[in-house]
Amino acid sequence: MNRRSGAPAAASAPGGAATDTVRRYRSWAAAVILLLILPHVPGLDSSFGRSMLSQMGIAAVFALSYNLLLGQTGLLSFGHAVYFGLGAYAAIHLMRAINGGLPLPMPFVPLAGAAGGLAVGLVFGAVTTRRAGVVFALISLGVGELVFAAMRMLQGFSGGEEGITADRSHGPRLFGLDFTSQLQVYYLIAFWALVAAALMHFFMRTPVGRMCNAVRDNPERAEFIGYSAQRVRFTAFAVAAMFAGLAGGLHAINYEIVAAEAVGAARSGTVLLMVYIGGVSNFIGAILGAITITWLQVSLSDYTAAWQLYLGLFFMAIVLFAPGGLAGLIMMHAPLLRTAAFPGLLRAYAVALAPAVVMLAGAIMLLEINYRLSTQPEAGARITLLHVSLDAASPWPWLVAALLLGAGFLAFRRTWPGVTAAWQRATDEAGTGGTP
Amino acid sequence: MTLPLPSASALQLTDVHKSFGATKIIRGVSLAIAKGERHAIIGPNGAGKSTLFNLISGRFAPTRGSIRLDGEEVGGSAPYRISRRGLARSFQVTNIFPRMSVYENIRCSALWALGHRYNFWRSIDRLHDARERADEVLARIRMTARRDTLAGVLTYAEQRALEIGITIAGDAQVILLDEPTAGMSRSETEATVELIRTVSQGKTLVIVEHDMGVVFGLADRISVLVYGEIIATDAPDRVRENAAVQAAYLGTLPDA
Repeated sequence: MNRRSGAPAAASAPGGAATDTVRRYRSWAAAVILLLILPHVPGLDSSFGRSMLSQMGIAAVFALSYNLLLGQTGLLSFGHAVYFGLGAYAAIHLMRAINGGLPLPMPFVPLAGAAGGLAVGLVFGAVTTRRAGVVFALISLGVGELVFAAMRMLQGFSGGEEGITADRSHGPRLFGLDFTSQLQVYYLIAFWALVAAALMHFFMRTPVGRMCNAVRDNPERAEFIGYSAQRVRFTAFAVAAMFAGLAGGLHAINYEIVAAEAVGAARSGTVLLMVYIGGVSNFIGAILGAITITWLQVSLSDYTAAWQLYLGLFFMAIVLFAPGGLAGLIMMHAPLLRTAAFPGLLRAYAVALAPAVVMLAGAIMLLEINYRLSTQPEAGARITLLHVSLDAASPWPWLVAALLLGAGFLAFRRTWPGVTAAWQRATDEAGTGGTP
Repeated sequence: MTLPLPSASALQLTDVHKSFGATKIIRGVSLAIAKGERHAIIGPNGAGKSTLFNLISGRFAPTRGSIRLDGEEVGGSAPYRISRRGLARSFQVTNIFPRMSVYENIRCSALWALGHRYNFWRSIDRLHDARERADEVLARIRMTARRDTLAGVLTYAEQRALEIGITIAGDAQVILLDEPTAGMSRSETEATVELIRTVSQGKTLVIVEHDMGVVFGLADRISVLVYGEIIATDAPDRVRENAAVQAAYLGTLPDA
């Protein structure tokens, strides 16, 4: 093989392919080890921690499947939960059959979810992928509402809002697993999540996966190189529905109950948030988004009843100020790590962080006082925020909050030029462009 | 009617019409382009040159008339069906895959022609023929050094070169180029003409071009399209002497 001068080592060059493969195997091996030890890490080794990790695993598969649709193929769906939920129903019905004597071990149940998601995806996909863009988005919204209404009506199949239940510990055992402990459930979810992630990662590297990118970028040109854009979209849709169904199957095992909300618009919205916050069309980003949102859902709801409000604000901030999501932020900083100007950038961030925290504290105080007074007026005007007791009937908490917000904002504005300057120095040194 | 007619024509248009609403853009074009011929279509702005390309490549369906590719009717077929029959085209306005690398742009454009179709069970990196084809086309369009650059951030001239790369990657037998040198400098134009000459070797080429130097240097035959009708089809020298053509162009054709 002759070496081309001037060509950087590329993934597809013969030499590059080998190191790339090694690097890929190394990261998958690291993922396996991480998934093995996570439930034993102090802080996560409780039943609560393991339950949260299980939810993160389910969310990650769901978000990756959505990323296949939105990030890789450019299909914005408002109804992806349909395939998650119907997959979950397929799985819970299989679990009930196993409870009734079907000789199948529980670890195979998620496959029923995948099959259910795929079957429904093939049917709805044939109709909805005829068009992309706004039309596709609107049809997906319609399908979502339709299926949600159907699940509330078909009580016998879905159990409606109450849902239907099954018992994951009652059935033939594989390797003696009885799934009475959350740790066993976690490992089952981790196993399937890893398999699903690897398969989705592989799918994107196949000819049809690459054509998904091509159709996302320019569906018209894709047709002039021999591919039917609709057929490519349909393929991506069916695959995404299958993995959403697999996530639904994991959901069925984790909760042992599936209700109509599993196919609902709220779940479709949440997966959109996850992928956007993590970083659209970024594989790691989808996982990061799933982890972050699940963590916020689980932990923030312990601190405040208004947690969804904060989630919404967080989402808006990301979309406005970091369109590349969390993964985009990381990738922006990666090339700067080795520059001499990087410590300066960190210092500038720290300086800007202090007034930002003050500003945020003021905003949170105002939000919390308002939220309490408007949603629970009967609970009185005494509010405890982070162990500080406030009397919302007096003007003082309001004044203090407004002062914190205003002063924090003004100070933050004064520190920001320092951040931009430090950023400029670091990017100049690294030879990359962009703005923070 | 459905039987393919015995014909040496790579491309045969018979009485092709195209109207948008009440506006007639193409008004009865008949044209036979032989296999291996380099054929240029010239004409003033708005004559319908790009519309003619869009009809041949399947972007629009003709209002009436017949378009035969290698003897088989393709008028009104979807672009991907026409592409699969061995016709590739480039666009006047650059039409690439902006968020993919230059290399991936080319490799994707070769996939169907190499028979990989909707394959989802093999890694694209293991398809050696696609890799080799992409490397070869990259070298031809002199973009090897830019292989990992995102296509969307290339300069205009580089995007034009990539546009041709995408068009030739599938090794189609009939190539349609829509103003390949538009907006290029003198030296870029010369390099592009050289490239077109090599890649159209042994193939059928139809080119729409405003640069008369390029047209007369490259084409075996020239068709002149004016207001949706072909007023002349002939060898370059004869076209230059044609009175009707001179009237339409008012003496802007280069001297011999």
